[in-house]
Amino acid sequence: MTGLLARAVGVSRRFGDTLALDRADLDIPQGGIVGLLGPNGAGKSTMISLLTGLRRPSAGRVELFGGDPRNPASRRRLGTTPQRTGLPENLRVGEVVDFVGAHYADPVPTGELLDRFGLTALRRRQTGALSGGQQRLLTVALAVVGRPALVVLDEPTTGLDVDARLQLWDALRDYHATGGTLLLTSHYLEEVEALAERVVVIAGGRVLVDDTLDAVRSRVPTRRLLLRAAHLPALDGVLDQAVLPDGRTELLTNDSDALVRELVLSEAEFTDLEVSGASLEEAFRSLTGRRDDESLVPTSTTTGAA
Amino acid sequence: MRMLLLHARYQLLETARIPIAMVGNLVFPALIMLFFVVPQSQVGGDPVAATAAAGQLSLFAVINVCLYTFGAGIAEDRAQPWDAYVRTLPVGAGPRFGGRLLTGLFFCLLGLIPVIVVAALFTSAQASPAQILAGVAVVLGCGVPFLLMGLAVGYHFSVKASLVVVQLLVFPMAFVGGLFMPPEIFPSWLDTASHAVPTRAGRDLVVNALTGGPVDGTALLVLLGWTAVLAVLAVVAFRRDEGRRFR
Repeated sequence: MTGLLARAVGVSRRFGDTLALDRADLDIPQGGIVGLLGPNGAGKSTMISLLTGLRRPSAGRVELFGGDPRNPASRRRLGTTPQRTGLPENLRVGEVVDFVGAHYADPVPTGELLDRFGLTALRRRQTGALSGGQQRLLTVALAVVGRPALVVLDEPTTGLDVDARLQLWDALRDYHATGGTLLLTSHYLEEVEALAERVVVIAGGRVLVDDTLDAVRSRVPTRRLLLRAAHLPALDGVLDQAVLPDGRTELLTNDSDALVRELVLSEAEFTDLEVSGASLEEAFRSLTGRRDDESLVPTSTTTGAA
Repeated sequence: MRMLLLHARYQLLETARIPIAMVGNLVFPALIMLFFVVPQSQVGGDPVAATAAAGQLSLFAVINVCLYTFGAGIAEDRAQPWDAYVRTLPVGAGPRFGGRLLTGLFFCLLGLIPVIVVAALFTSAQASPAQILAGVAVVLGCGVPFLLMGLAVGYHFSVKASLVVVQLLVFPMAFVGGLFMPPEIFPSWLDTASHAVPTRAGRDLVVNALTGGPVDGTALLVLLGWTAVLAVLAVVAFRRDEGRRFR
């Protein structure tokens, strides 16, 4: 009908007094990698749990392959992973893959899948004996065992070291290269930049931005400058500016090189200059900060307690 | 059906990998039999009393499995990320639920074997093979309301709460229902009160089946009543469950 693999239309979800999602919309068309970004508690995981049929929305509508995600038939072409590294620790690697694969019509043969993910040597090992990186790799292998059209991953690399993260990214790019559609949430701006073509920013339960990676990158500060200065002139490259409790001034920008050049040319007096990558929290303050006052007031009139 | 067997097989496999976890439920009732029934000659040496004791402890074994593996076990699984993951696979609640029932049934039957063996070898308990079969069938039938009780607890409470609730339920129910001591030696007020308890109703049905007595109509009604109430509670708890709960 719509040609969308998944969609959320005006979806709200309450947990007790908390409004985790507030009339959020999301479309997932075929192809592409969509990064779902936002600070902790923004509603990312709630959105994922609605799309994968784990929870019901309090209001609004969720569709997966045109059906209700809570209906098992709608999930035939969906692949997900367990959160964190929650594998049944006394089952063997091969057994876990066999078990999950048996739910699908045409699963990738276990040997072939383990081969592709470099896990063949661990086939007879119990999952509890794997390292964190190996466990995470296995969970992503589980997501693709059923040859899904859509893979949904909730923070696939949180807590992994750099090598394991790169190996996982490669596996995800491989999946996408074979025509798969990917939706992933992340804390890491870097991860979304490395993988995603489209970025959706959620904060306070609302979708604030839904655009291409390039468009979002130009609107969101990715670098942070710290310095001490009595007076600063107006600088073009600054997206957001604040004075920290310790008296230092914080400048958020897209291009720290250009901003430093501009700062020096302005001949403003400053000391203790420090340049670093902006954390996601900082990066999105300029987007979400403006709306904080709004989102503190529950404006939704959704009825019925969760 | 294929999915149901798949889920049952993997649940069995998972449990079987930690053999010690099964020992408690399987061996405990047989131990009670060995320590408290066998040495007492007026019970162990009396065919009727010994047979009744075997029936009572068989029911206790089944209740243990129902409440611990289903009550506490389900609560524990629900707290695991793996359980949430399995709920995103293209499989409905039926096979997951049914797989659990099959596994539970298997462990119930397994738990009965040591009790029957101890009763046959070390006591004067007497029952024909037909009576034993009837007894096993009735014990499993009487397990249904307790199974539902376990499901209701498992799907409603958190892990820690469920363990306490199960402990608070199993021992008092077993005691008041006459599973440890025959109700004949209860004071009359307790004997009367215990007729309303599901364990007592189940116990009376099991003992009668084993000793060839008539079917107790009141006990059957009491048990069916409990079954209906607990079925409603179990379904409500299952429907409301969305895995872990956050507030």
